[in-house]
Amino acid sequence: MLSSIKHSIIMLFLGLGFFGHAQTIEVCPTCPISSIKEAIKIAQPNDTIIVKKGTYKAYDIVIDKPLTIIGKDHPVIDGDLKGEIITITSDYVTLDGFFIINVGTSYTKDYAAVRVKRSQHFVIQNLVLEKLFFGIYLEKSKNGKVFHNKIVGNAVAEHNSGNGIQLWYSQNVEIEHNFVEGVRDGIYLEFSDYCTIKNNVSSNNLRYGLHFMFSNNDVYENNTFENNGAGVAVMFSKFIKMYNNIFTENWGTASYGLLLKEINDADIRNNTFKENTVGINIEGSNRVNYSNNDFISNGWAVRVRGACYTNKFTENNFLYNSFDISYNSKVNDNIFDRNFWSSYTGYDLDKNGIGDVPYRPVKLFSYIVNRTPETIILLRSLFIDIIDFSEKVSPVFTPDNLMDQNPMIKQIP
Amino acid sequence: MLKILKYSFYDLMRSRWSYVYFAFYLLLGVVLLFLNNNLSKAIITLMNVIIVLVPLIGTIFGVMYYYNSKEFTELLLAQPLKRSSIFLGQYLGVALSLSMSLILGLGIPFIFYGLFKSNVIWDFSLLLITGTFLTFIFTALAFNIALSNENKIKGFGYAILLWLFLAVVYDGIFLMSLILFEDYPLDKLSLTGTMLNPIDLSRTLILLKLDISALLGYTGAIFKRFFGTNLGFIVSLTMLLVWVILPVLRIVSKSKRKDF
Repeated sequence: MLSSIKHSIIMLFLGLGFFGHAQTIEVCPTCPISSIKEAIKIAQPNDTIIVKKGTYKAYDIVIDKPLTIIGKDHPVIDGDLKGEIITITSDYVTLDGFFIINVGTSYTKDYAAVRVKRSQHFVIQNLVLEKLFFGIYLEKSKNGKVFHNKIVGNAVAEHNSGNGIQLWYSQNVEIEHNFVEGVRDGIYLEFSDYCTIKNNVSSNNLRYGLHFMFSNNDVYENNTFENNGAGVAVMFSKFIKMYNNIFTENWGTASYGLLLKEINDADIRNNTFKENTVGINIEGSNRVNYSNNDFISNGWAVRVRGACYTNKFTENNFLYNSFDISYNSKVNDNIFDRNFWSSYTGYDLDKNGIGDVPYRPVKLFSYIVNRTPETIILLRSLFIDIIDFSEKVSPVFTPDNLMDQNPMIKQIP
Repeated sequence: MLKILKYSFYDLMRSRWSYVYFAFYLLLGVVLLFLNNNLSKAIITLMNVIIVLVPLIGTIFGVMYYYNSKEFTELLLAQPLKRSSIFLGQYLGVALSLSMSLILGLGIPFIFYGLFKSNVIWDFSLLLITGTFLTFIFTALAFNIALSNENKIKGFGYAILLWLFLAVVYDGIFLMSLILFEDYPLDKLSLTGTMLNPIDLSRTLILLKLDISALLGYTGAIFKRFFGTNLGFIVSLTMLLVWVILPVLRIVSKSKRKDF
């Protein structure tokens, strides 16, 4: 027993000897150094600051040299609602394991719990943010990582609340395993390219779970977006890849699982859209591939608004949606092929797994509802079925070339 | 009244038509489950069937039963029995036996398919509840028609017209009026329009379960309050109950005044 303790002490000294050039500074409420600001002031570049458990009242903490700042057992940094709490202005900063609360609210400045300004190679992980305005704000920064953070806001109105994770002119940032709820936009990217957003959960936000603006070549996958005010919005962006995400329970008049506006050349694959008012709302989007997605029990699985050309829908499952596809014009330049439609009523005599009769996913009734929304109350009425049937036999109002020539007989796995 | 109810009920239980009706639903349930391999999809299809077929069968069967047992009714009328109990007993006998055929015919295949282990059990029970309500409503309406018309052919004609009107024509007129007045706020009109037709009412009740995400897509505040909360559910059920009570009351008053 005794010898093992001796052993470990020797090991410790050896360790210190090895890393002697990078010092460790300890901060705790009763230590000689009791504030984080003070510790940053005396620290040399590449030092490690360890903050022990306790509550530290501080705001405007500026990290201006490459430091590793680690919180042990989630020490609390309380901003007292006075303003921004931590600002990182140096490269190679690691911030790990803090519980940050009470960010100030302002109508003129975007105060954030943690802001990264013109820096590279930062790592922000294991933070818990509560009572915040903006959460993590990356500004003109590059090559960083934002991992395992939990952001819980209490936003009530859009005009006086901020976003959970916001990227502005930032490149090559990895955002993974974060959990964001109760803010305005869960994750917001503006002018940010080549970012990866993976395995996050964004729910119960006022506006969008995830929001892209003018951001290109980004990837987001395996995220869950649930019960957000308006779902996920991807606008004015190019070459976005959206894989394996789950969009559920976005209910309301302007709520979408996914809202695409002015999106070109995107790839949307293996996503699940379940119980949204509108699964995907498309407006002005071109050359987008939709494949292997599941649309389950949505009000409208896909609503095409206009100016959408050469989009391809292949091998998707459309299951029990009130409306599969809705169009507001007679022009169609999009391709629907080899999808499974749960409301398909055709047959397969040659047993090749593909229905012998093409399927027309746009119903006349969806036009009527577009025109007079109150008529939604007649959904599934026998009369509506009759007029839908007559439209199906001889299309007058719906685009006559809009059909799936090869509807699948069995659900696509 | 109970005695007459019992008699009518057993009489119908022995009759061929109840078995046919029961067998039809049994077959429908089995075929739907066999073809769809999926409980939720089968329930959606069933809903379409129930909303249209149950009222049709209720009206036809009610009118038929009344005319067929007319001689027996006249015999009963000669006895010291209250008129209301004679007619109510007959009415309940028909409605109960029809509902039983419906519930058993659909319930058995679904239970064997594993209904209790699935999460659609509430949707299914709602389906059966609305089906039962529709049976009671339309049998009562049929008795009303039969009581008011001595002529069998006329009675049948009116019964079929009533069904056709409520199942199809009403929705057509409803749709046209909604489109015609689209410039005005319509949520009150559309909800009232639904309340006035028992078929639409039960359809709405099922929509609340199956298509809630689509219904919430509309902007109206009244719509939102109606569909977004339990209000819609409660109001629809109450209105269905009113739809049963009103025709039954008319049966009672009509049968008291009628000259046989």
